[in-house]
Amino acid sequence: MAPDDSAEPGVPGTEFEVGRVVDGFHLEARLHQGGMANLWTVTHARHPGPLLMKVPRLRKGEDPATIVGFEVEQMILPTLYGPHVPRFVARGDFTHRPYIVMERIEGPSLAPRAADAPLAFDEIVEVGARVAAAIHDVHRQHVVHLDIKPENVLLRADGTAVLVDFGLSHHDALPDLLAEEFRQPMGSWPYIAPEQIEYVRNDPRSDLFALGVMLYQFTTGELPFGEPRSTRALRRRLHVDPAPPRALRPDCPPWLQELILKCLEVEPARRFDTAALLAIALEDPRQVPLTLRAHKRSAGGWIARWRRRYFSWRPPDASPVPRSTRAQATKSPIILAAVDIADTGADLAVQVREMVRRIAITDPGARLACVSVLKTGLLSLDDYEDRRGVNRQVLHLAALKHWARPISKALNLDDGRLTFHVLESTDPAAALIEFAQRNGVDQIVMGARGHSAMRRYLGSVSSQVVAQAPCTVTVVRA
Amino acid sequence: MRIALLSDLHANREALSAVLRDAADAAADRYALLGDFVGYGAEPAWTVDRVRRLAADGAIVVRGNHDEAVVRGSRGSMRADARHSIDWTRAHLDAGQLAFLASLPMEHTEGSALYVHANAWEPARWAYIETRHDAVRSLQATACRYTFCGHMHEPMLYHLSSTGKAGEFRPVPGVAIPLPPHRQWLVIPGAVGQPRDNNPAACYALFDVEQALLTFRRVPYDHEAAAAKVRAAGLPQDLADRLLDGT
Repeated sequence: MAPDDSAEPGVPGTEFEVGRVVDGFHLEARLHQGGMANLWTVTHARHPGPLLMKVPRLRKGEDPATIVGFEVEQMILPTLYGPHVPRFVARGDFTHRPYIVMERIEGPSLAPRAADAPLAFDEIVEVGARVAAAIHDVHRQHVVHLDIKPENVLLRADGTAVLVDFGLSHHDALPDLLAEEFRQPMGSWPYIAPEQIEYVRNDPRSDLFALGVMLYQFTTGELPFGEPRSTRALRRRLHVDPAPPRALRPDCPPWLQELILKCLEVEPARRFDTAALLAIALEDPRQVPLTLRAHKRSAGGWIARWRRRYFSWRPPDASPVPRSTRAQATKSPIILAAVDIADTGADLAVQVREMVRRIAITDPGARLACVSVLKTGLLSLDDYEDRRGVNRQVLHLAALKHWARPISKALNLDDGRLTFHVLESTDPAAALIEFAQRNGVDQIVMGARGHSAMRRYLGSVSSQVVAQAPCTVTVVRA
Repeated sequence: MRIALLSDLHANREALSAVLRDAADAAADRYALLGDFVGYGAEPAWTVDRVRRLAADGAIVVRGNHDEAVVRGSRGSMRADARHSIDWTRAHLDAGQLAFLASLPMEHTEGSALYVHANAWEPARWAYIETRHDAVRSLQATACRYTFCGHMHEPMLYHLSSTGKAGEFRPVPGVAIPLPPHRQWLVIPGAVGQPRDNNPAACYALFDVEQALLTFRRVPYDHEAAAAKVRAAGLPQDLADRLLDGT
């Protein structure tokens, strides 16, 4: 049995200094003295790569939020994996010498970009999609971050977004040590969602609100709800719509305003169901269905206030908090239909369509992404126009829409639940896998060619997708 | 060391066998049996013998209210069905088995852990821990960091910080939960022999002492066979039905 030690968590003192070795970790340099923790670069003979050690700062009389938040991070970080979080390495005994060691992400964070805002629209789309993918990945692992802000998003060298600082997070299969702890809204006030102000800690759509605040900031250079200094000012977002981005930056495209204001809806159910849906909308913004949000020119008068206030008032069953983070993250699944447009009338294409219809009909929230791959030659001599001057992209798109027509009608998929994508690649399987990865696709439906002679020469696209795709794959045979 | 925490076996042979198999597969090297080995179920003699063997091999064993009632025998003040159940169980235990039940302690303390059937504040009066308030009362009645108890048939986890903040958590099976010792924790693994959370699978928990990691587990077992035995024994029909529904 662990020793019965009822003392307060230990106060790290002189043992953390340059050159010291703590549990095998060599302390190289102190990076930063934050409000909550000291950060050190450390190395370890058995753990490769640059590492980061986080040591909570504790002095007598200090805010217990510091230490409970640290405890929460010690609990949640080891459960997370994948490219969108720092890899957990070790933790120090909480009672005697608390610390966490994790992979060191070289950065930078998005804070400098926020400071440089307004940014170019291409960058906003690129960064927004990457952060949305990171958030979705964490939600699928049962965790709501609850402190999404530019400082807490780092970029790897290849551009992958990494979420850091899980000190305020909620895991839907672990006890929430913060739930009972404080009676002051937790989080970074410019970014936190209205429901967080009311102590809801288990709605993953709170992270989408925070991402909406970031996108607003990148677009306009302003924070949609300012920097509140009192809880009264903080609560304004429950009643007052933000000024629409186009009022501050007239060249902001309507689709971008649509996406941002959808994220900033006061009622979670009126935002995107999942971060993956935002990511896929950013994939091809021209397909974003525009509503009144897209064309707003002002925050609106008393009617808008009344409306926001109405939606912020949540009777318990009118807008229920999701059963679990994971359940919400897997709601509205994205189904990728891989279509070989060479022969959309063939039996196989018809069978694939029928399978897609069956899957989509069982889940009214399902989104359908129809994808075809335009195979480009290795030497890339052929450009987008063939010899007769026909744009192959346009042809592919038309063929895709033609293929999907029967199901888009039958399932009434017109309201933005159906998107079309033509990818260009020398390697169709790799292109499909990459698309699925980037967009948080839940299920791929594709056909397998039956003719064995053909497969012998060309290889099987479907078997490569089955082996490597990050999601469920349904292979259809005619 | 990995301790398997089993409570409220209730003479359910099928459930206990399945849980012991699962615990062995999960590399449990110690057992703590938190009381109520008899009552409700159809195999009290087999169950008591199995518990005795585990005790002889070093298991921690404490007494439950059903064990005590069977040792004392029924009294006229009891409800008719309770009296019937106690009489039936007594009739199926021999003197050695009854003596074993009579010898069980109310509680057991080892290191920073307390093992008790009902609660820490007055274990012999068998009050239930039904709310966070009850859990705090129990945690404040002991200096131990960990309390492992049964009596309540639904799995539950409570915690109390040094600043007096209490929390409760309805566990998700199969997830390892860190229980660092600077908080106090009260663990109710749930019933092996008569689960009541609408899931007929048997409940128990595993505690990895060195890593302070607790995992609640659910083990499907042949609950139809266990229910059939209850019926065949002439015990009340609803005792069989609740095994089928997990109520």
